[in-house]
Amino acid sequence: MIAWLVGFIVLIVKIAVVLGTLLFIAAYLVWVERKLLGRLQVRLGPNRAGKFGLLQPIADSLKMLTKEDIVPEAVDRTIFLLAPAVVALTALLMFAVVPFGEDITLGGRPIPLVISDINVALLFIFAMSSLGVYGVALGGWASNSKYSLLGGIRGAAQMISYELSIGLSLVPVVMLAGSFSLVDIVAAQARYPYVLVQPVSFIIFFISAMAESKRIPFDLPEAENELGAGFHTEYSGMRFGLFFIGEYVHIQVLGALLAVFFLGGWHGPYLPGPVWLLIKMMAVALVMIWIRGTLPRLRYDQLMAFGWKILVPAALINIVITGAFVLI
Amino acid sequence: MSDPKQTSWLGDILGSVSAMAGGFSTTFKHLFRKPITEEYPEYKRPLPERSRARIILTRDPDGDERCVACYLCSAACPVSCISMQSTEREDGRRYAAWFRINFGRCIYCGLCEEACPTSAIQLTPDFENCRRDILTMVFEKEDLLVDHGGKDKTYNFYRYAGVVSGKGGKGEHVKEKKAVDVKTNLP
Ligand code: SF4
Ligand code: SF4
Repeated sequence: MIAWLVGFIVLIVKIAVVLGTLLFIAAYLVWVERKLLGRLQVRLGPNRAGKFGLLQPIADSLKMLTKEDIVPEAVDRTIFLLAPAVVALTALLMFAVVPFGEDITLGGRPIPLVISDINVALLFIFAMSSLGVYGVALGGWASNSKYSLLGGIRGAAQMISYELSIGLSLVPVVMLAGSFSLVDIVAAQARYPYVLVQPVSFIIFFISAMAESKRIPFDLPEAENELGAGFHTEYSGMRFGLFFIGEYVHIQVLGALLAVFFLGGWHGPYLPGPVWLLIKMMAVALVMIWIRGTLPRLRYDQLMAFGWKILVPAALINIVITGAFVLI
Repeated sequence: MSDPKQTSWLGDILGSVSAMAGGFSTTFKHLFRKPITEEYPEYKRPLPERSRARIILTRDPDGDERCVACYLCSAACPVSCISMQSTEREDGRRYAAWFRINFGRCIYCGLCEEACPTSAIQLTPDFENCRRDILTMVFEKEDLLVDHGGKDKTYNFYRYAGVVSGKGGKGEHVKEKKAVDVKTNLP
């Protein structure tokens, strides 16, 4: 009973720490992105709220929270209200299976630094990112406005297409590690990160995951200049904020997954595991911001052609080659 | 694909990768350039003299007000934000008894300035004219009248106009022919 209780408390603490860190970083990732994007475009970026604009995320969240939460009359109310939560929730839940360090021992009990080490973690991640599609598609549909609908449809099509290449790009990783559990996959990379043996998978995963997180150059579901704001056109206040948080948590999840599958997870010299994971996540986030500052948005047909005609075949060929090597 | 002149798909890929590399290196270089941002409240860029913002009523070189209350500006104004009441001095010179511009409605199009025959109404580059209370945006003649000639330093309508006023009688204006004595034309 006591052991169970202690375990429960430890779990709650872990969840609290992870959630807190994720949301805090999400807020400051917005600041980093705006600052960096500004510099990439030879601007200054936000610099009014606090020193270097450091209080900007706080000001923004205050603004979001105090704004009116408008629900247009013609919307499908229940779905409209739930959709943003789906996006933010699925993004956060994906982090439940990401290991962020070696087991630590506290009072004679080993505490694994992962919220939940399930043996089908990889499938869980796919399930969550597929569920995330519902947030976008339903949010766009329930808004009952043509921009939102178009954004929602695009989002659904894009995310489902790229889900395929994400899945296929990870098959070689699973073949090498021999497990679906992210803890095992990270453990298998103790000697060398998989990016060295699977560069093609790495690139396919990176591109598809970026499409999955709906960021430039894959931000067709939002596409400000064609669709207003796409699937979240009708949202305001904190519900819009939830979509926003979802996006930035998604960036972190993407960084974490990229680190876990290809960059050796929390493995790294000198520094403790969580720090390494954080460094890798941030590095991926910075690269994504750089990409955002550089590339224009793809056209819809280009997006589909790229996904189905290039990424999926490349991933399939990669699987075959990896399979041959594993057999030998 | 059957076109033999078409570059190979490998060439295509290399071409697009190098193009992307060019883009990424450009943005990366920008990262280390000094931002070109001008920070507004600290640094106010001097605006061109003919920028269109807050409106003034100017005076002629003699220091007298220029406006002759002809209503042309208020007729030209697309949003009808100018109103006035014309009246005359004893010497026959017209002026506005009151003159009012509602800056809450003004769109700073400059049509009033173009319409004005006396160079009285002029737009200035002073654009910092925001108020919390919209009623304080209504400017009366005292608020509009300045003690200089604005962009037109020399013009004085009554020195040119052929109407009798304190500035001159018949035939005494600039470029005006001597008044004809009609009696001498009698047969
Ligand atoms: S600038 Fe245009 S809108 Fe403003 S007072 Fe003159 S004519 Fe009217
Ligand atoms: S400002 Fe100019 S246009 Fe307007 S009433 Fe006076 S003289 Fe006429």
